[in-house]
Amino acid sequence: MLDYWLMITKKDVEYIAGLSRIHLKEDEIVKLTSNLKGILGYVEKLSTLDVTNVEPTSHALPVKNVFRQDIVKPSFSQEEALKIAPQQHDGAFKVPQVIE
Amino acid sequence: MDLNELTAHEILDLVKSGKTTPSDVNQAVLKNVKDKDKNVKAYVRTCDDAELTTPKTGAAFPIPIAIKDNICMTGQETTCCSKILFGFKPTYDATVIKKLKASGALFVGKANMDEFAFGSSTENSCFGPSRNPWNLECVPGGSSGGSAAAVAAHEAIWALGSDTGGSIRQPASFCGVVGVKPTYGRVSRYGLIAFASSLDQIGPITKDVRDSAILLNIISGYDEMDSTSINTPVPDYTKALTGDVKGLTIGIPKEFFIDGLDPEVKKSIEDAIEVLKKKGATFKEVSLPHSEYSVATYYILATAEASSNLARFDGVRFGLRKQPSTLRKSPIVDMFEETRDAGFGAEAKRRIMLGTYSLSSGYYDAYYLRAQKGRTLIKNDFDKVFTECDAILGPTAPTTAFKIGEKSDDPLSMYLSDIYTIAVNLAGIPAMSLPCGFSKAGLPIGLQIFAKNFGEETMLRIAHAYEQATEWHKKKVKL
Repeated sequence: MLDYWLMITKKDVEYIAGLSRIHLKEDEIVKLTSNLKGILGYVEKLSTLDVTNVEPTSHALPVKNVFRQDIVKPSFSQEEALKIAPQQHDGAFKVPQVIE
Repeated sequence: MDLNELTAHEILDLVKSGKTTPSDVNQAVLKNVKDKDKNVKAYVRTCDDAELTTPKTGAAFPIPIAIKDNICMTGQETTCCSKILFGFKPTYDATVIKKLKASGALFVGKANMDEFAFGSSTENSCFGPSRNPWNLECVPGGSSGGSAAAVAAHEAIWALGSDTGGSIRQPASFCGVVGVKPTYGRVSRYGLIAFASSLDQIGPITKDVRDSAILLNIISGYDEMDSTSINTPVPDYTKALTGDVKGLTIGIPKEFFIDGLDPEVKKSIEDAIEVLKKKGATFKEVSLPHSEYSVATYYILATAEASSNLARFDGVRFGLRKQPSTLRKSPIVDMFEETRDAGFGAEAKRRIMLGTYSLSSGYYDAYYLRAQKGRTLIKNDFDKVFTECDAILGPTAPTTAFKIGEKSDDPLSMYLSDIYTIAVNLAGIPAMSLPCGFSKAGLPIGLQIFAKNFGEETMLRIAHAYEQATEWHKKKVKL
């Protein structure tokens, strides 16, 4: 049932690269297509697991609903946060044009 | 013997009795870093002393420590050995750093690692690999390879690493030192740059078991800044080191003794079992029937979490930014995509891609959800064994350290070198590696001990009893 890996194409890899926001070069796409096929082929093993009536585990220890008191505490100042910004302008992070 | 070859507790005793001074200890380590690190390459950066005004007192004073480069220290460049974080100087201390500073630690530098902790050899570091101090042609293991190599080469007295699938224990095994992966939630991860948040844990890498207990005492404890931190009292772990294992039952999973386990490693583990039997421990064969699924389960879950965690590296708020000169999609998207292409190395891209794929629409149930169910089965296996055993024992890695370049072109074979360490992180339980022999080629072999959640005391007690009965930990690297 997990045989999708057999069908992974360059086009799929380009699509996943888009979702991942990475502009891959042509040779990287070719290599990753083969890498992903190999790894997913191994992961195929999971299809033989009987998971009937098994609940998924997202977290190893049972910690639920961790809340803190709603108290304002000091945090980074604007100046501190901007100190490591690649580009800044007027006390804000400067980014390329977002809206046309 | 040079001061830098001693353990932390030996140094603390000498300082206390006035036989040496904190400054001599620090100088001995710094001199050794200067002499040896050009060959070992354990460090990617040494710390700027001016920034480090720690008190001249406390449980970690005056012990020089190496810090894995994914743990944030105020003002000290922290890169995860990735180009995407070049120049990143955190504006805050990780909680473990805060605790170490309060305890008087002396920070030597930031240790090399696989980029974002993705790897088992440090070959994925953008700074190039560290070397195994026992044989400079071999890898030190990974991802905390720099931390383990620094301790083995006496370029630090002890170190912090992080362990998501074996990244403390496997390099400890390869470098002949002690490495502890504490229970998930025992040590705060605030300020640890995340790889897979449901698996990551910070822990000690030391020269002997007592030092691990001392360092664990310093870094453990609840932290409101880490919502996965667990609020249970921290015992004094050194009190667990009684030397007595009588009455303890230790399980040996039959699944661990499989094809691919190096005969020399197997022999050392069998010898270790005999040592502990003589000390009064009882052994029984147990089963972890889903072991064979742990690598597949892990590489789906860990990469899914990684792809999501690494979305934050987008060139907006910190680190690298690349702006292409020609327009492709839109100015902002082009910036994201160029920055991430230039900033991430091959393994980081591979894991982001794999994680994005398994989380993407249409594949989620078949991969991610199924792996989460596999995780339940793996965790249940451990729960069952711990109803009849106090601990589990086995090898840390199937082989001794491999050669640099041997596995770097084969990601899957690299993933399979984590086969004995990975299930621990899926289950959340603590585990540690300690030296239990050397191969004919002179490379260290690691013994792994697992305990149930918050069973660190039992684990350390067994490790200490074994160490007391053997001499492996006293063998020093001569470089």
